Amino acid sequence: MTDLLPVLTDTWDAERSWKLATYEEAGGYAGLRKALTMEPGDLVQAVKDSGLRGRGGAGFPTGMKWGFLPPPDGGPRYLVVNADESEPGTCKDIPLMLASPQHLIEGVAITSYAIGCDHAFIYVRGEVLHVYRRLLAAVTEARDAGYLGTDVLGSGFDLEVTVHAGAGAYICGEETALLDSLEGKRGQPRLKPPFPAVAGLYARPTVVNNVESIASVPGIVAHGPDWFSAMGTEKSSGHGLFSLSGHVTRPGQYEAPLGITLRELLDLAGGVRAGHELKFWTPGGSSTPIFTADQLDTPLDYESVGAAGSMLGTRALQIFDDTTCVVRAVSRWTDFYAHESCGKCTPCREGTYWLKQVLHRIEAGDGEERDVDLLLDLCDNILGRAFCALGDGATSPVTSSVELFRDEYQAHIDGGGCPFDPSASALFEYTPRNRRTPALAGGAGVGGH
Amino acid sequence: MTAEPTSARSQARYDAETLASLTADAAQIMARYPDPRSGLLPMLHLVQSVDGYVSRDGIMFCAEQLGMTAAEVSAVATFYTQYKRHPNGTYTVGVCTNTLCAVMGGDAIFEELSEHLGVGHDETTEDGAITLERVECNAACDYAPVVMVNWEFFDNQTPESAAALTDRLRLGEDVAPTRGASSVCSFKRMSRVLAGFPDGRADEGETAGAPTLAGLRLARAASGSVGEGDPSSPGAPSASVVPPSAPARPGQPGDEGSPSPTSGAASASGPAAGRAPGTGEEQQEAEVPPETGAERSSAERKPAATGDESPGRSPSGGKADPEPERKGRDDD
Repeated sequence: MTDLLPVLTDTWDAERSWKLATYEEAGGYAGLRKALTMEPGDLVQAVKDSGLRGRGGAGFPTGMKWGFLPPPDGGPRYLVVNADESEPGTCKDIPLMLASPQHLIEGVAITSYAIGCDHAFIYVRGEVLHVYRRLLAAVTEARDAGYLGTDVLGSGFDLEVTVHAGAGAYICGEETALLDSLEGKRGQPRLKPPFPAVAGLYARPTVVNNVESIASVPGIVAHGPDWFSAMGTEKSSGHGLFSLSGHVTRPGQYEAPLGITLRELLDLAGGVRAGHELKFWTPGGSSTPIFTADQLDTPLDYESVGAAGSMLGTRALQIFDDTTCVVRAVSRWTDFYAHESCGKCTPCREGTYWLKQVLHRIEAGDGEERDVDLLLDLCDNILGRAFCALGDGATSPVTSSVELFRDEYQAHIDGGGCPFDPSASALFEYTPRNRRTPALAGGAGVGGH
Repeated sequence: MTAEPTSARSQARYDAETLASLTADAAQIMARYPDPRSGLLPMLHLVQSVDGYVSRDGIMFCAEQLGMTAAEVSAVATFYTQYKRHPNGTYTVGVCTNTLCAVMGGDAIFEELSEHLGVGHDETTEDGAITLERVECNAACDYAPVVMVNWEFFDNQTPESAAALTDRLRLGEDVAPTRGASSVCSFKRMSRVLAGFPDGRADEGETAGAPTLAGLRLARAASGSVGEGDPSSPGAPSASVVPPSAPARPGQPGDEGSPSPTSGAASASGPAAGRAPGTGEEQQEAEVPPETGAERSSAERKPAATGDESPGRSPSGGKADPEPERKGRDDD
């Protein structure tokens, strides 16, 4: 049995946990004080040694990313924190920033010092007003206390931090689209290479890291890389936030070492909704291929989840029980990808549009015999051909669900409609207004950009 | 990029006072960035705080401030869903209908609100109070189904609670989000905050709801500590774990690194350490008294009483026309 492990969450139940004083009382900013006595290169090495990997989904080693910056040339270098949490199912960074923004700010200060950055940015999605308020206030508090600004803690190191609100676009979670957006443009991804480490914000060397990654840095510095790498598995070290949602008795944030299993997490969370069985789940958001009860014991680390055919992603564990129609679930995710496709590349722009059309007609009972194969064919033409990971991600729920639940797709086609009662999967009783095409009631949903 | 008040030649037809104040704010925005163009997104939020949407004048204003063409500004403004192309209601009521919330009841909530208010997606009630939207995942899945009002969280909603919420908004009552400020502000005030001008309300509201603290409370119970953030009570159950509150080890980072992870290598190694099960089955109830959300985790909740209780149907359906567009039409 793997135990829960509050590290980032440890102060969240404190009175006014978001205040600097609360964070300091719990030992906050010890990491920054220590970091400022160290050589920047040693800090980068410490984070490499810790084995910390990107917590935003890709799992790229954080220290290595820092190490890719070219040698200083006297010009500016930037840290940009990706706080654009928008992957369906992912809900860890928002509560972190709401409850303990100083954790992130300290990480920003340490990271900036380590990479030679004197102006860092936190790009937070615009749809979380109170989180933005808390971040702005946290920066002000930290600056007033001397943790940011000119001559940080008397070290001679200067750091400005700008908290920037986005304006509603999932694609801005892609790091190069985020940079374009931060430059005041449409948020569309850039061709890589050059990678942001070489030519990022304003074409200068830039590190882009996820909120949880950066918030993990103070602990690594304060307690040492060995402390961090002692948690988790050999290749997936450290602690992580596991976000349970959906048909689970006690949804929420569960911080644990990487490598914990869904079975263990479900035990902690009171199990699947009473009277029901687990049908399918996502290990790391909607862009990761779905799993079933067969993967209950798969260790939730990067390697094991990958070997089982999916991705650890953001540890967004969306739990769906036996009342859930998989076609409806996938159709709705596909609406999302079609809506959020930035339009830059044809496979994604057109492909997600057609996936959406085909899924809508299957769901509505108007599917044709060839439609399931058509879906797979469409996915074939998107996966690996899209400009960025959004297109690839859009195919994951489709292909994985067809593989696991092809019969269910067929049942929609053969039966001329959805065999599920959508009200059975809701948390309250209600009478669907349009029984045949519940998901389509109220129009075709959101439009494109 | 000038911080001086734009001359009378400005094509944005704001009155002198408004223009002066917008120009001063825009200068502050641009000063936050090494390149003033980075200020465009906040500047668009700023013009929404004055006009209630991205108006033609707002686009002209941003273009003049940043030395861009109106077409370039429009290209950006139309990319992002938070920039409204028509006058927005005082409140944006967004129902999450992405998969998880939809399945948990978001679809039913949207249907109810659409019928209750007589408007569809991206339409505004006749009184100009509410713009109804389907919204995408808003990172609160553990509180599903979720409704956002001016981008404040209303967790664990039902069709009935959401309809009652909109009734109160239309009556002009103060409404408190489940997690957020002590009351929801107007769309224009919200837009000003998003432009980076704090409204002094960051310390309002609670820290976290029950789902946010679910794991932490179990860990506290397992370690026998019920400390409310007591720094001397380690939250981590394992002795091998140093909680952040503990004094830092005098470690020397940089020696004996752990093997550097290679992505792609598949290893089925299990959890690092098997430890004693320490699962407290207890979960404290949330003491947060949410305005409209459930007081306990949504899945534990008993089904709400059914029955058709849609009280007051909205006055009438029909298209939104909250306020006449002031001058000219929306640039697109």
